[in-house]
Amino acid sequence: MMRQEDYKRLRLKIIATILAFSFVPLLVLGVTIHVKTESVYVGKVYGNLRTLVENKKTTIDLFLNERISQLTTLAFTETFEQLSDQGYLEKAFAILQIHSKSFLDLQVIDQDGDTVAYCGPYNLQDVNYAQEPWFAMAMARGLYVSDVFLGFRKYPHFIIAVTRREGGRSWILRAAIDSDIFDSLVRSVHLGATGDAFLINADNVLQTRPRFEYSVLDEISFPRFARFSGSRVEEFSVKGKTSLYALAWLDNTDWLLVIKDDPREELSPLYRARWLLGFILLGGMLVITGGAVFITNSMVGQLVRSEREKAALDASLTQSSKMAALGKLAAGVAHEVNNPLAIILEKAGWMRDLLSEEDIKASPNFKEYEDALQKIEFHVRRAKDVTHRMLGFARRMEPLRDDVNVNILLDQTKSFLENEAGFRGIKIVTDYNKWLPCITSDASQLQQVFLNILDNAIDAIDRDGVITVTTRHDSEAAAVVISIADTGKGMSKEMTEKIFDPFFTTKKVGEGTGLGLSISYSIIEKLGGTIALKSTEGKGTTFTISLPVKSRG
Amino acid sequence: MSIRILIVDDEPDFIETMVKRFTFRKMPVTAATSGIEALTLLETESFDVVIMDVRMPGKDGIETLKEIKKRAPLTEVIMLTGHASVESGMRGMSLGAYDYVLKPVDFEELLDKVRKAYERKQLNEGRHSAD
Repeated sequence: MMRQEDYKRLRLKIIATILAFSFVPLLVLGVTIHVKTESVYVGKVYGNLRTLVENKKTTIDLFLNERISQLTTLAFTETFEQLSDQGYLEKAFAILQIHSKSFLDLQVIDQDGDTVAYCGPYNLQDVNYAQEPWFAMAMARGLYVSDVFLGFRKYPHFIIAVTRREGGRSWILRAAIDSDIFDSLVRSVHLGATGDAFLINADNVLQTRPRFEYSVLDEISFPRFARFSGSRVEEFSVKGKTSLYALAWLDNTDWLLVIKDDPREELSPLYRARWLLGFILLGGMLVITGGAVFITNSMVGQLVRSEREKAALDASLTQSSKMAALGKLAAGVAHEVNNPLAIILEKAGWMRDLLSEEDIKASPNFKEYEDALQKIEFHVRRAKDVTHRMLGFARRMEPLRDDVNVNILLDQTKSFLENEAGFRGIKIVTDYNKWLPCITSDASQLQQVFLNILDNAIDAIDRDGVITVTTRHDSEAAAVVISIADTGKGMSKEMTEKIFDPFFTTKKVGEGTGLGLSISYSIIEKLGGTIALKSTEGKGTTFTISLPVKSRG
Repeated sequence: MSIRILIVDDEPDFIETMVKRFTFRKMPVTAATSGIEALTLLETESFDVVIMDVRMPGKDGIETLKEIKKRAPLTEVIMLTGHASVESGMRGMSLGAYDYVLKPVDFEELLDKVRKAYERKQLNEGRHSAD
């Protein structure tokens, strides 16, 4: 049987193996799932933002295109003369406004920079723009879209100027567009609690008003981006705060559309999933560990039990084989001894026969002869007792199968010894289970065993003591348990291990053969029961016999 | 009473003493030291009671018993056994032996059994002759 430390090591080894084999795949699975999901999710988030910014960009570009188209159409379908007329301009302006309320005013400017006609709420009739930088640009390029500015009107707006070359001269049709429309276009992105969207120009000057902090025309600290086509989504820090930025340059102007999103907000479901995954992993690992420990303990426990059973079996097998070997020896010896004994007895008997007839009755030695012969016969008979008992020990006769009431049998046996016990001041007390079931067994052999043990108990006490005989029914094991306890001198541990060995006796020569208990052991075993003892030196001994209610086999 | 006895045992000292003791009591006794010898004797003589040891070299007691019961079924056989197993004795009983006695033998006990065996033989013979 393994020692405690070996069992502990085995336990740890098994648990470690189970954990290793379960944790590793579990963790790999968890990490893989998380990484994959994260990349897919993040991809989706980025994808969404990209779509959003592109859509918005397209919308804004479309708006600008529309305004530009409207102006261009107007400039190229009407003539300078027509539009120079204030009334005509006003009508044209009214038509423009039907389609779009964002037109603030309309101006016709000649190639010298003078305002030829003006239609709008402000007083710009006499303004000359020749010195304005935009004028040269508009004249040169044919189309000019400005940044948002406050200008004369003290109101954020921008202008679109279309130049037309008409029969040798150029003229400009210029309109002011309310930039508020951008604000609403841009901000109509639903971006959660901290999201934002705005337009900035190439110098990071805000063209629209963002949700938080700044107002239009503020310069914000923002990384500079060279013009790129399409859209980009990036995560970077602005003023210490990291956010996701979706960026797209507008086609028609040098404005950058920026959609800002809080990655934490966008990714919070992912983070929650990450926590959930972590918890599940941890929970799973705990459960696996618990299961591993439980299984290992029960396995090792089973192992311990099996080994113990095996050890017990080994011990009983050793005892049995010891018994068998000794049995054979005893039988052999008995046989070899019986024949010479028989001869001695016959010879002595023959001499007796002769003596009865001879007239040596008168001879002085006659008495001696007779005496001697008597003694010879006596001791041969004594020897015969031993050999016959030994043969009984080795006998392999099948025990009887009868219904035996153990309580009655014990009472009978007790009655044989009561006188002897009484003389020695020993009380025999009985404590029977009244409802003890009858067992299938051999009454005479059982009585031999009880007699033997009670006899030993009396000898152990010697004078003044108590012997307690108890019977109980063990319904679980379907057995009857008899215990005979004495208050005698008890025996040491070594003695308890040898007590069932044949020829082992603690009595003086001639007082006991040492066969009683080994025969009893043999009998009880053959009856399908068990016999065991507990003893404390100086206090007493208890023999416990367990017999099955039904005979086996 | 003249009960014709046949004793079969391979121990010469034992046989010798038994013969002396039976003769002392005026009982006609013949000795054989083996099963074969016993059967040879049975061919020419008839006996009332056979006292036979179970364990003998050559033909053992049980085999000889079977033969005796075949040839002279009314002859009573008492088995002697110093052998460890009472089984052979019991087996002998089932094969028709009258009784078995463990060695060393109490002579008076043996005498008693011989007398009873003889009585049974006479009973059986009586029945036979009545048939």
